[in-house]
Amino acid sequence: MATATIKIFGQLTDIIKSEELVLQHVPDTDSMIEQLQQLYPALATAKYVIAVNKEIINGNCVLNGATTIALLPPFSGG
Amino acid sequence: MAIHQPYERYQRQVLLKELGEAGQQKLLHAKVLMIGAGGLGCPALQYLAAAGIGTIGIVDDDVVALHNLHRQPLYCMQDIGRHKSTCAKAFLENLNPEIEIIAYTTRLTSANAIELLAAYDIIVDGSDNFATRYLVNDACVLLGKPLVHGAIAQFEGQVAIFNSHANNEPAANYRDLFAEPPKEGTVLNCAEAGVLGVLPGIIGTMMASEVIKLVTGIGKPLINCLWTFNALNNQSYQFLIKANTATRLLIPASIPAFKKMDYEWLCGAVAGGQEISVADFNILRNTDVVEIIDVRNPDELPVVNEFASKQIPLQEIEKKASEIKTTTMVVFCQTGVRSKQAAAVLTSIFGSSRKVYSLSGGIIAWKNNATQ
Repeated sequence: MATATIKIFGQLTDIIKSEELVLQHVPDTDSMIEQLQQLYPALATAKYVIAVNKEIINGNCVLNGATTIALLPPFSGG
Repeated sequence: MAIHQPYERYQRQVLLKELGEAGQQKLLHAKVLMIGAGGLGCPALQYLAAAGIGTIGIVDDDVVALHNLHRQPLYCMQDIGRHKSTCAKAFLENLNPEIEIIAYTTRLTSANAIELLAAYDIIVDGSDNFATRYLVNDACVLLGKPLVHGAIAQFEGQVAIFNSHANNEPAANYRDLFAEPPKEGTVLNCAEAGVLGVLPGIIGTMMASEVIKLVTGIGKPLINCLWTFNALNNQSYQFLIKANTATRLLIPASIPAFKKMDYEWLCGAVAGGQEISVADFNILRNTDVVEIIDVRNPDELPVVNEFASKQIPLQEIEKKASEIKTTTMVVFCQTGVRSKQAAAVLTSIFGSSRKVYSLSGGIIAWKNNATQ
């Protein structure tokens, strides 16, 4: 279980309406996303990757202790 | 190019003990291709030309417009309506006549990218669309070229170096970060979402800095690392990216296959679906980005308990295609014949927005492989 401090990047802040939020008692990234999607349904169709403690992850990741999460969408602009 | 002239132009950077004359020689012998001469391209090109990169290629088929000038200060009023790549070349030749600058006014496509990129040592992506970004990434992977990636949105930017090795770690590429392109319209570009004019100035300059570090071998370039910057709160972060064997399957297997890809449709799919081997399927099925569909009838044996799959018999696949939510999917049947038909049906429904694989040899081949 972790206390997840979630940093929101790019246009995901339009959905979450904040640059940072904290979730308590989060067992893993899959359940964290499930919780977030219940709070912000538009997140379900958004494209982003997840970083756990500044490392980009693939698939589910078990979380322990104080964890910093980042939700990073792709940018196309140049 | 043998350079014997005095280093007055480069004197202030040659003074840096990390760079020195040896570093300057490396810069003068480097060949760098800039994709896009827009917001990111302008500052990157200015600093690369000023630093003495010996050969600079500029690819952009766009022309200068008035709404470009707030963030593309390489151009002036007289340039409006003229090709960006030729205007940039003229500006940079004035800045530094001692280097070679080549302008390409053609659009980068899968048909011309390989020959174009092959002539350069480092590729810099400052393009403004996902089709080009995935095209450039895949071409760089196939050619083994380091790629300096930069992208912006509103007040934020990202920089990373792909396809380059550091500390014997496998080289990550753009698809290890974002495996597949987002659906069209889900991520807004600068024209839709807006951009602070100075932001590409910061991000493009960072990209030039990374190119200079890569060429001269100084410092710690952003290899396998995503750097982000937010101009509103000045926060910046670095994220580690790991190479992922599953994403390699999303890149065309060969240069001829690459040339057939339609990246304008935001890549991903091959018409009619594509066969996937048992070994590649085993890699792909262990990721959570894929949905596996059993197109056999419900009573058919063998039963598959080894991995999760969704049952949609071939005759219902058209009707129930909307139940498949993932971008990447693998269909299988007994021997791989019906799944090919199913893949063709799904590809005709989804077009190039999804990737459809058919398991080669079907579940029989997979079970045989598992028991060996």
